[in-house]
Amino acid sequence: MTAIDVRERDPYHLGHRGHGHAPGHGDGGPAPIRIVVGYGFWIFLLSDIVMFSAFFAAYAVLAGKTAGGPSGAELFDLRNVAIETAALLLSSFTCGLASLAVTARRSSWFYVAMALTFVLGASFILLELREFAHMIARDAGPTRSAFLSAFFTLVGCHGLHVTAGLLWLLTMMAQIFAKGFRDDILRRFMCFSLFWHALDIIWVALFTVVYLLGASR
Amino acid sequence: MLGKLSWDVIPFDQPLPMIASAVVALAILGVLAWVFLAGHFPYLWREWITSVDHKRIGVMYTLLALLMLLRGFSDAVMMRSQQALAFQAPGYLPPDHFNQVFSAHGTIMIFFGAMPFVIGLMNLVVPLQLGVRDVAFPTLNSVSFWLTATGALLVNISLVIGEFARTGWLPYPPLSETAYSPGVGVDYYLWAVQIAGVGTLLTGINFVTTILKMRAPGMSYLSMSMFCWTSLAASLLIVAAFPILTATLAMLTLDRYFGFHFFTNEAGGNMLMFVNLIWAWGHPEVYILVLPAFGIFSEVISTFSSKPLFGYRSMVAATLFICIVSFMVWLHHFFTMGAGADVNAAFGIATSIIAVGTGVKIYNWMFTMYGGRIRFATPMLWSLGFMVTFVIGGMTGVLLAVPPADFLLHNSLFLVAHFHNVIIGGVLFGAFAGYTYWFPKAFGFRLHEGWGKLAFWLTLIGFYATFVPLYTVGLLGMTRRMQHFDVPAWYPWVLVAGAGMLITTAGVVAQIIQLVVSIRQRAALRDVTGDPWDGRSLEWATPSPPPVFNFAALPHVEGEEPYWSIKQRAREQNRLRDEPEYEPIEMPRNSPTGFICAFFATVMGFALIWHIWWMVALGALGAFATFVVFAWRDIPEYVIPAAEVARIDRANRSARREALATYTGPRP
Repeated sequence: MTAIDVRERDPYHLGHRGHGHAPGHGDGGPAPIRIVVGYGFWIFLLSDIVMFSAFFAAYAVLAGKTAGGPSGAELFDLRNVAIETAALLLSSFTCGLASLAVTARRSSWFYVAMALTFVLGASFILLELREFAHMIARDAGPTRSAFLSAFFTLVGCHGLHVTAGLLWLLTMMAQIFAKGFRDDILRRFMCFSLFWHALDIIWVALFTVVYLLGASR
Repeated sequence: MLGKLSWDVIPFDQPLPMIASAVVALAILGVLAWVFLAGHFPYLWREWITSVDHKRIGVMYTLLALLMLLRGFSDAVMMRSQQALAFQAPGYLPPDHFNQVFSAHGTIMIFFGAMPFVIGLMNLVVPLQLGVRDVAFPTLNSVSFWLTATGALLVNISLVIGEFARTGWLPYPPLSETAYSPGVGVDYYLWAVQIAGVGTLLTGINFVTTILKMRAPGMSYLSMSMFCWTSLAASLLIVAAFPILTATLAMLTLDRYFGFHFFTNEAGGNMLMFVNLIWAWGHPEVYILVLPAFGIFSEVISTFSSKPLFGYRSMVAATLFICIVSFMVWLHHFFTMGAGADVNAAFGIATSIIAVGTGVKIYNWMFTMYGGRIRFATPMLWSLGFMVTFVIGGMTGVLLAVPPADFLLHNSLFLVAHFHNVIIGGVLFGAFAGYTYWFPKAFGFRLHEGWGKLAFWLTLIGFYATFVPLYTVGLLGMTRRMQHFDVPAWYPWVLVAGAGMLITTAGVVAQIIQLVVSIRQRAALRDVTGDPWDGRSLEWATPSPPPVFNFAALPHVEGEEPYWSIKQRAREQNRLRDEPEYEPIEMPRNSPTGFICAFFATVMGFALIWHIWWMVALGALGAFATFVVFAWRDIPEYVIPAAEVARIDRANRSARREALATYTGPRP
């Protein structure tokens, strides 16, 4: 079967061609590249979530081990965390807008939405850094207790992911600027938006397990 | 400026590592000089270093594995000879050095010997067996390989610059914390394994995607070859387990570099958490290694018994059963650490249950051979040796799975003998079976049978002579990792194990001679048709070595043994399939991304080990720039014209037509 055949029978590249048969599921040969790239990236995201789960597990084990130092209830400022959360969730929304702009091939809207996403993501990082700085200033840095080691690692690892995402976001904007809405660039953008939304999912877990449970402890 | 680095870190006062590394350095320089002076570098750069072809990457993985197996083996020789000499005597390796040797031995054998060997064979064979042209992400594949090579390089650099860990192959805290291991040894371990681990994780992602999303038309899950199934299971385990390793090593790194308290003795740290986390990766890792080996045995036993694999579906079920249960047994590595009788009992039972999956496989292999026309070629010998050896190793494993018995045998040489029994008898025998079986596919000529059989028998006998005494001496109470000992009852057994090592060494030498002799006699050993063993799966449908695009036209698959049915039809009708309509083929272009990326990873890893922070930043920047440059490429593929495809395929067809005309075996 030629590539054109697949495109006609499968206009949305969902991989399904009726009768329950899908390329890559045995009947039609290798799946189209967009499916392969998206699938591979999902697998990567799953592995990333497994890594986070190891940090979550470590945090759960060490959450009560304050070694005479401050506990979460004394340290966490839920107002600050609420603003962080709002910024990150909103950035997912603007990232969604960027996806719509890509689908509509509207580059000006794309840049606006991506710039907004960047600003929101960057403010999230700044708020997080401010929180870290406050804690370190009052002798509640990561070396103070096992609880704080686990806290800084888990939250910091998410922060590093967001920072890497911001770097990727800028690169993505430059790519669309330089190359336009080319197929390979679109696939890359799809991966970027998957990545950005996945960071939200991890933040929701983090917000609940670390901050909400921690503030009540 | 250079962090902790100075001239003092080079062990000028220790002759052994200095001489060893001088010899290695001279050999490397010699090879490099020859490559450049003889003008081979452009060829190497074009055809190998920048290659994104899964077959080339597979060969490079295997080559890396063979070199590292030799390095790890020399460590083993040193340990056995040290113990043979160290009865009521200091021997020739001081404790400090001996501890580095056993740590390096385990690290190198698992991460840089066994893993690259298994992944190399997966790379070479899986896309061919799936009937496709490459893996899902060819350039990522090259990145994976070069990151693994970076890890291997860092471990070997530690021989000359600084030191290696003295903690054993898994750096248990608190010993591995800064307070007790202030040197760079553990840091070498951490960064080498971390970087190679990223490479392995990317391989896992690549192969899960390849196997699930890229198969020849008509190939359903239940018509994939057994090796593809076990590779899929191993890749799934990589995706699920390696991130745990990454996180665990990151935590230890933070403890060591920034004074965090994950695993320390004070401030609430929990060192048992390290042991739990590392084995939550470590036990699946065992199956990441051995499942592909099971796949190799399935291919080899079926081919050389001239029969389809017995109980294919039960084999698939057993593979997936092992895949899942391998995550439920990790605690048996530390029964003695006080989890309590109930927990120990649960994990002991789970451990005994996982043996059922392997038992199913052993019976399936035996029934595959039953009634078959068995050819005792070298790959088949390795498989038979495996079946006997692995059953013994499995039974001592079930013995260790009984917690009360484990309390006696824990940390003894009985345990060491057990896991060598399953890793050598399972993984290594499998890798050697695959190596001899697929060598003609990779290079176009077979390996010499006589030397191969000699290597097999020497290795098998050497293995038993080395490890049966270690079982015994373990039961007599000798613990592992002893630099010297003074119990007279152990001495004769330790001597026998040392002698066994000599036989194994002869096996290694035979294996090297086999390669040299085969290369010299390659004209006589030539595989003309691409199907030297009367194979049954799709890799044998291609010429040896296969062209870069593997298949002139993607095969249409019906049933479980796609190539066998094609071949049988040809034998029945006494003619080949009709010539396909040749079309131009698009293939991914070569890319130096993997190599350059690994170069920066090496710089970064080395700088992190020695606390040279500006160099870390430079390495990170370089790696990012490499990715951006790669992302900016405009032409990712090149086209092979239809005429070229036709020329290559017709040459192979005519060879196959000739073979068919002179075929005298049974016809359906």
